[in-house]
Amino acid sequence: VLELLRAVQRGSEDRKRSLSRLRWALQNKETQQKFVRLDGSIRTLIGIFTSSLADMQMEAARCLHELSHSSDPAVAEACLPVTSYLLTYLSGHSVEFMELCLYTLGNLVVESEAVRKQLLPQGIIPVLASCIQSPHEAVLEGLGYVLSQLLQAKEAPTEIIPLVLDSVLPQHMLRLVCSGLKAGIGAAVEFAWCLHYIVCSHTANAALLSLGALPALTSLLLDLASEIPQDAPEGLELLVCPVLRCLSNLLAEETGCEVQIQDERLLIALFLILQCFLQQHPFIVQECLWLLNNLTADEPFFCSALLSLDLLPALLQLLPCSQMASVLVLTVLCNIAEKGPAYCQQLHRQPALPLLLPTLALPDPEVVGQCLELLHLLFLHWPEAAADFVTQGGHRALEQHQSTPELQERARALLDMVRQPLGASAFSPCHTTLSAFS
Amino acid sequence: DGDVHRHLYLQGVLTSLAEVAERPKVSEFSCHISGCCQVFDTVEDYEHHYNTLHRNVCSFCKRSFPSGHLLDIHILEWHDSLFQIMAGKQNMYKCLVEACAEKFKSSKDRKDHLVTVHLYPADFRFDRPKKVKSGPKHVSSPSKQGASMPMDVSVETLEQFQVDPMEIGPSENMEIPQPAASPGPSVPEKQLYKSRIPSTICFGQGATRGFKGPRKK
Repeated sequence: VLELLRAVQRGSEDRKRSLSRLRWALQNKETQQKFVRLDGSIRTLIGIFTSSLADMQMEAARCLHELSHSSDPAVAEACLPVTSYLLTYLSGHSVEFMELCLYTLGNLVVESEAVRKQLLPQGIIPVLASCIQSPHEAVLEGLGYVLSQLLQAKEAPTEIIPLVLDSVLPQHMLRLVCSGLKAGIGAAVEFAWCLHYIVCSHTANAALLSLGALPALTSLLLDLASEIPQDAPEGLELLVCPVLRCLSNLLAEETGCEVQIQDERLLIALFLILQCFLQQHPFIVQECLWLLNNLTADEPFFCSALLSLDLLPALLQLLPCSQMASVLVLTVLCNIAEKGPAYCQQLHRQPALPLLLPTLALPDPEVVGQCLELLHLLFLHWPEAAADFVTQGGHRALEQHQSTPELQERARALLDMVRQPLGASAFSPCHTTLSAFS
Repeated sequence: DGDVHRHLYLQGVLTSLAEVAERPKVSEFSCHISGCCQVFDTVEDYEHHYNTLHRNVCSFCKRSFPSGHLLDIHILEWHDSLFQIMAGKQNMYKCLVEACAEKFKSSKDRKDHLVTVHLYPADFRFDRPKKVKSGPKHVSSPSKQGASMPMDVSVETLEQFQVDPMEIGPSENMEIPQPAASPGPSVPEKQLYKSRIPSTICFGQGATRGFKGPRKK
């Protein structure tokens, strides 16, 4: 390593080749560590990095980029003197050079809190805010990467997100996410994850809502869903996932916002997306179901829409997908059932029971528990269902659970419910029954 | 699961970036800027060359800068004849951080601010104070300079990062890899990796030269 450094410092004709060799060598973890410990090594690199010898400057940038891959925080800290220059060059114009600077910064940010602590007063957020107006896809993608790493820092909610919200970054991020399908999906993916991290901090949702995030992201989902059948670009699931999460979390926000999405096409979009990704990327199923849950939880709009658009069969089809999917499907069904008798009637007429009965036999107590909650709501609002339940032998399934600790109280309460004669006080509050259920 | 998927995707992106892309090569072409005979065989090399050397260039002294902001500050502080006068009355030295609106009454105050508030290195390369006086020992002619530009960059010179702006600072040594440039005209050679940068171009440092210095042949 020392030899490589000396070769670079010597400044002979072969300097560029020496730098290239150094770059290759720096792909190795130990070499990275050894290099930064050599006296004058970083200073040498900085000297070339900040010189006006364009091609050597680029090669030095590549060396720094290699160093940034190290998972040893000592290496990242050795690169502290470089950060002011990395930021200075982000006001430049060479796409490849800026890309290198951005990814180097992003990597350093991940590894070291000391680096982040230095970058903030050095003005990284304003620099990124001007960069985001660049037309170059590669620059935007790199920028998204840096931001996404910054936003995941543990101190992000208190130190970083406020600065981001104060800048023009959020509106540009939203714009770039929403134009991702036409303009460039790489950058859209990065910024979608950035938005997700911001939303997760629970400190920014009012700001995002006022930027029109809800309608914009809804619109994007609709576009996404209509694109899929034809020609799904690779990596689309990486865009879909954070967008779904953002929407879910924004909807869960208790801001008492009047801003509501009341567009039933969203449901169709959701199910189209579900169908599309079911095979290849099953994790999308639970992301979609979370959103569906939040859509159906409070207002009846989406519950009605789900029923009137005849999407219930598609929903029920998802029951056996996975444990998480089962719980979520059942929760959504609870949201629907909770809306009252008319809804329960439709559920029952679907018919729901033939699918729910086998669910009772599953080994997972969480799934079964949610199923019991659903049955309770069903029987409460639509006693006919209780009768049919017994006819189909459901009470036997309930009896199985009388000895399961998490389930016994609810199972017994349900058994009591179904054993009551039809019509007689079906609607009178049965206190034991009600208290057993949430 | 979504997060795992995202993580794996990023790993893929980062490793592919490290492999320097094979850029499509075009037939050789040279830089159009008069006086610059650099030759390229990829568009990206040319773009970076242009941005480094020709984009933010001071029309007075031909120095190039990494950004428009630094160029503007340079022109104001080095070439605006009213600057020194106004600086006596109000704070004129702008902070180098673009987003920071602070101004200072002296270059030193500005540097202190950069170091304490913005955590910049004390030897930040793009913040070299202009030399106000030039005594005889600091003046030299282009030809003299050319002859004395050593090719080799010794380790010691490189380590002298914190240096007063002198005619021949270590940085200039690094910037000019060519053997001592003869001031006379020569046939421009096509060298892909060497850049025949005119000796007046450097990054915002160095003393007065060119038309401001007395000519000695």
